Amino acid sequence: MIFVTVGTQGSFDRLVTAMDEWAREHPETDVFAQIGPSESEPEHFDFQRDLEPADFQRHLENASAVVAHAGCGTILSALELGKPVVVMPRRADLGEHRNDHQVATAERFADLERVRAVEDTAALHRVLDELADLEPAARIDAGAQTELLDRIRSFIDG
Amino acid sequence: MQRVAASFAGHRITWVTTLPGYREQVPTDDGFRVVHDANLQRKLGLVLLALQTFWTILVTRPDVVISTGAAPGYFALRFGKWFGAKTIWVDSIANVERLSVSGAKVRRFADLWLTQWPHLADDDGPEFAGAVL
Repeated sequence: MIFVTVGTQGSFDRLVTAMDEWAREHPETDVFAQIGPSESEPEHFDFQRDLEPADFQRHLENASAVVAHAGCGTILSALELGKPVVVMPRRADLGEHRNDHQVATAERFADLERVRAVEDTAALHRVLDELADLEPAARIDAGAQTELLDRIRSFIDG
Repeated sequence: MQRVAASFAGHRITWVTTLPGYREQVPTDDGFRVVHDANLQRKLGLVLLALQTFWTILVTRPDVVISTGAAPGYFALRFGKWFGAKTIWVDSIANVERLSVSGAKVRRFADLWLTQWPHLADDDGPEFAGAVL
């Protein structure tokens, strides 16, 4: 199941529509979406506008991949569960957010090779088509990077 | 914070949080204290938080205070410093483009001042030494 979430910062029609178009061509893939107040209602998968935190978590856990806006909380929650994450950042010029900080967030996490960032519908479709090859290789384990642990440990004990 | 817990394994630990539900997630032998959640928009809450945090530091007298934020961590480092503790700030990885408000304000009270993003590190600013993921 692909879990799609637009977060709690308002509508994100571009993502919802892009997912609906993809799902139409891929009826074999289960998709479930949290779409917020988006105007476009998906025709090819189930959705809810809002999810309680526990339900959100359950959908994350059940997902084979997560497609989301580039919200930091969403990204971190999905990565903690080792899910492949594809993000489409909200863009200010399209009225999707007040500013372009999601574009920056997406680029930073993409640079770390933690998420796949897509800028438009075509790019999203390309990545989804490759999803079978998307490994949760970047799965984060329960702890922090060794470098960080060493730095803190030596500071405490030093 | 639990993701960096390995760095202080073996020490006596008191966890301070705003969420009582975290009790189950930490070892029962560890100390556990709940403080009021507050931020700059809730001044009265901030006063209460400051008093609670001060009390917590006073009775636990930590050798080391480590926090990932935000307002509770700021007060904990500040008061911890007054009582001679070593203080460590690990700014949350959620702060991608700039340091958190509390992270910037805590600078004077943080002996070790870390960001989790290399592009935010600076000779005059926080140090980057890796991230929690």
